[in-house]
Amino acid sequence: MLADKDRIFTNIYGRFDRSLAGAMSRGAWDGTAGIIAKGSDWIINEMKASGLRGRGGAGFPTGLKWSFMPKQSDGRPSYLVVNADESEPGTCKDRDIMRHDPHTLVEGCLLAGFAMGAVAAYIYIRGEFIREREALQRAIDEAYEAKLIGKGNKNGYDFDIYLHHGAGAYICGEETALLESLEGKKGQPRLKPPFPANVGLYGCPTTVNNVESIAVAPTILRRGAAWFSSIGRPNNVGTKLFMLVGHVNTPCTVEESMGITFRELVETHGGGVRGGWDNLLAVIPGGASCPVVKGEDILDAQMDFDGMRELKSSFGTAAVIVMDKSTDIVKAIARLSYFFKHESCGQCTPCREGTGWMWRVMERLVRGEAQKHEIDMLLDVTKQVEGHTICALGDAAAWPIQGLIRNFRPEIERRIDEFTRNAHRAEPVLAAAE
Amino acid sequence: MTKLKVDGKEIEVPDHYTLLQAAEEAGAEIPRFCFHERLSIAGNCRMCLIEVKGGPPKPQASCAMGVRDLRPGPNGETPEIFTNTPMVKKAREGVMEFLLINHPLDCPICDQGGECDLQDQAMAFGTDGSRFKENKRAVEDKYIGPLVKTIMTRCIHCTRCVRFTTEVAGISELGLIGRGEDAEITTYLEQAMTSELQGNVIDLCPVGALTARPYAFQARPWELTKTESIDVMDAVGSAIRVDSRGREVMRILPRNNDAVNEEWISDKTRFIWDGLRTQRLDRPYVRRNGKLMPASWPEAFAAIKDAVAKAAPDKIGAIAGDLAAVEEIYALKQLMASLGSTNIDCRQDGATLDPALGRASYIFNPTIEGIEQADAVLIIGSNPRFEASVLNARIRKRFRAGPLPVGVIGEMGDLRYDYEQLGAGPETLKDLADGNGKFFQLLKKAKHPLVIVGQGALTRADGAAVLGQAAKLANAVGAVSAEWNGFAVLHTAAARVGALDVGFVPGEGGKDVAGMMSGSDVLFLLGADEIAMSGIAAGFVVYIGTHGDAGAHRADVILPGSAYTEKSGTYVNTEGRVQMANRAGFAPGQAKEDWAILRALSDVLGHKLPFDSLAQLRAKLYAEHPHLGRIDQIEAGSAGELVKVAKLGGRLGKSAFTSPVKDFYLTNPIARASAVMAECSALAKGDFKQAAE
Repeated sequence: MLADKDRIFTNIYGRFDRSLAGAMSRGAWDGTAGIIAKGSDWIINEMKASGLRGRGGAGFPTGLKWSFMPKQSDGRPSYLVVNADESEPGTCKDRDIMRHDPHTLVEGCLLAGFAMGAVAAYIYIRGEFIREREALQRAIDEAYEAKLIGKGNKNGYDFDIYLHHGAGAYICGEETALLESLEGKKGQPRLKPPFPANVGLYGCPTTVNNVESIAVAPTILRRGAAWFSSIGRPNNVGTKLFMLVGHVNTPCTVEESMGITFRELVETHGGGVRGGWDNLLAVIPGGASCPVVKGEDILDAQMDFDGMRELKSSFGTAAVIVMDKSTDIVKAIARLSYFFKHESCGQCTPCREGTGWMWRVMERLVRGEAQKHEIDMLLDVTKQVEGHTICALGDAAAWPIQGLIRNFRPEIERRIDEFTRNAHRAEPVLAAAE
Repeated sequence: MTKLKVDGKEIEVPDHYTLLQAAEEAGAEIPRFCFHERLSIAGNCRMCLIEVKGGPPKPQASCAMGVRDLRPGPNGETPEIFTNTPMVKKAREGVMEFLLINHPLDCPICDQGGECDLQDQAMAFGTDGSRFKENKRAVEDKYIGPLVKTIMTRCIHCTRCVRFTTEVAGISELGLIGRGEDAEITTYLEQAMTSELQGNVIDLCPVGALTARPYAFQARPWELTKTESIDVMDAVGSAIRVDSRGREVMRILPRNNDAVNEEWISDKTRFIWDGLRTQRLDRPYVRRNGKLMPASWPEAFAAIKDAVAKAAPDKIGAIAGDLAAVEEIYALKQLMASLGSTNIDCRQDGATLDPALGRASYIFNPTIEGIEQADAVLIIGSNPRFEASVLNARIRKRFRAGPLPVGVIGEMGDLRYDYEQLGAGPETLKDLADGNGKFFQLLKKAKHPLVIVGQGALTRADGAAVLGQAAKLANAVGAVSAEWNGFAVLHTAAARVGALDVGFVPGEGGKDVAGMMSGSDVLFLLGADEIAMSGIAAGFVVYIGTHGDAGAHRADVILPGSAYTEKSGTYVNTEGRVQMANRAGFAPGQAKEDWAILRALSDVLGHKLPFDSLAQLRAKLYAEHPHLGRIDQIEAGSAGELVKVAKLGGRLGKSAFTSPVKDFYLTNPIARASAVMAECSALAKGDFKQAAE
């Protein structure tokens, strides 16, 4: 269990004062000017050395991402964009950071922006996050008032932070769709290449980072890369906000060290699985887009990028969705399919047409109203969507179904058998209205 | 240049090429729906997926990835792409299946059938069966105007139409609303599109979602005879293909001609064909007792002979209309000369252009393709949007390519690009020509300044003086030099430049249009309908033409001629490009080709013209005007001529320049006979009347 002294988010539950004074009393904005004085190369090297991997789901090394930004401007300004469009079902960490510990993010914006030579940060916050926006805006205003950011601030690097309110579309959490939306256009992903580090917001070099990746940066820089990388195991270091949702006795968001086992995480913070360990059916380890895994497989797995990859799933955002045996697993995945069908932007063919098809087949599988060969057909359709789309939403729609078929095929077949057995059931006879 | 391997074949292509273009270069065909050479890249159909060696383990959209994005192999090997691997095949089959699952199986009743990209590519790259057992999506059809019919269930969301209307046509009226599988193409409020180029979305649509409303259920592409020809609705001379079945023109489509129309045509060009069927003059008429009575050719010729015999040569005149081909204008000129008359004129609108000043004074010298080089544009008394819609799209193309200052003299409304209103009339022009104003400096600084002079500035009493001022301005800003001639006269009539080329203007002591109208005993109208017929004083009027329009109503003898799709004829467009229109079908009833009518008439009048066939006529024509024999080429005007033009003086008027095209849809007798054009015209006018609620 992570020691309290190693926690980065000390007010994640909002028990303490979240104003600037409160945050400063907990260590925020301490020596920020000193860090900036060490220079951007030092910051980027420190971030690289810390081994921090992006907390938005893909796990790309954050320091490396920052280093992609042009060192010398070609006349265009650079921007930092913070992706606060947290919409993945199950994921609820960024909202806690923004409403209870917003100064970690504000300070992180300044340091990250300085490191990559950005002139401003745009925080794109999800449309539904009203209170979070208010809290974050208050924190930004406080930082401006205290001359911590803005023109001629105490920290010695002119930097502006703008908060932009989205309209609540899941696809706007995809980095290029987010940039489109930020520019005032329809939120549809862009083609890559060119990548945002080259042509991003308003055609200028841009880095898009998750809230958590930015918010942990100040503490890492203050306490040193060595401290951060000493937690967890190689390639999967540091602390991470885990979200325990679903059928645990005490659902919560908690900061833990990477690599904690699933059993320890649930025992320590979730109060155990509802109905005991024997009642555990399945777990989605990283938010809705990750493949579901069987309960018995994950029990002693280490909760980090590599640990989840071994289970053929994905660490994602560490939103651990626990499902006990009362869950209709097929229906649960069908509901996720509906979510992705509903949130598909409609730009490219495989996702636009495929998500609807997959959802409709899933709905039939829930009732068992299908042929068994359609399970393989569905799997093939998911493979046709996966990797053929412009953005990763197609992959995200395909993975839960792939996980379901991989792990719960007998359950699907059982339903088909049952439905077939009852095929003689009385159904209203359709007659023409004359 | 970049080197790469396509399916093992090494080729070298320019750096700006996309993988799709590189593959085409290597001879590998790549299917596509959303990609179009003249539109921006969307990359959304995913049909063009290919495999890139050493890239991510998934296929890449070849339309969106440039060859310069390719990385060499670990040991510096040439980057390699594949278009025929199992990965590519599977991806294509998958995308094709996705496109088809919600596409209706209504090919038998679909107007796109037989020329449908989806049909063709499904045959080439799809699988044989369907695995989709759910219900297909149905989408409500949208009203987007009288020209484009929508069957939105067929839409595959390639967004070519959206990109065309926003990028080329310059209207933001068509868009994609909704998301996911509920995404729909619509004008949102279901209003008609207002662009004069909207018909092009029909060609762009790869499926049958957008089809031609007037052509709906009329014919199948495989039963049509295709004739390559030239359009005469404006002076641009767009390349067209006339599709006919039997004698009737069923539709008109654009052809590729990068020098003129790229691959766009205006709606008037495209939908004029129903006008070719109605109000046609299919037999000669002679006025007896104040009424036009059907007559035979000999009777009609006899009536003309009587009238000509009674008239003095200087009381005989001829006016050439806007749709006449060079051949018949030439024949008419020869006939008038043999009758001893110098009263000939092709400038129905009274434009003050004179071939004596040299060819540079009346053609669009920089050429239409040259617009793309222009870096500052001044438009004088012209509304290119209505006078030459396709040419206007070229200006917009240049406008989108980079900053382009555009100045306009005259009230012209929305031109589909931003411009600066410099003033209303000749005073502003004179001020500029004298070197005053910010815009003069802009033009002067520009490397390739372009000065467009429209007919709105020339069809005035002070037209010659205006032309002089415009030429003076062009000379002053350095628009006229050996390598760049930016002085551009924009015509509105397809026949005009050709007629000026053969010198169909009053000769020594001859009368112009106004003079002929007020005092002629016999007046020949060769398809001339745009003059005020009530202004023709008493006299004998012979109308040679195709439609029962203004000229025919005034005529004493009507000789039925052929429309542009019914004869082979030379037309010279506003840039001076000589082009040949071809016959797609025969004229109705007893109507004949115009040159043949004039030849037969000359015999009756006792002045037999020296040619018995079109070939002989052309031989004579080419001998006299060699440049007319050089089809598809431009005989450039010389820059020195414009120095002379600049000396044209005269009093400048005060009234503002206005465009001569008051109603885009009704500019010629064919258009006025078209029900489709009438509907469009009414709709366009209704827009202005719309009340603010």
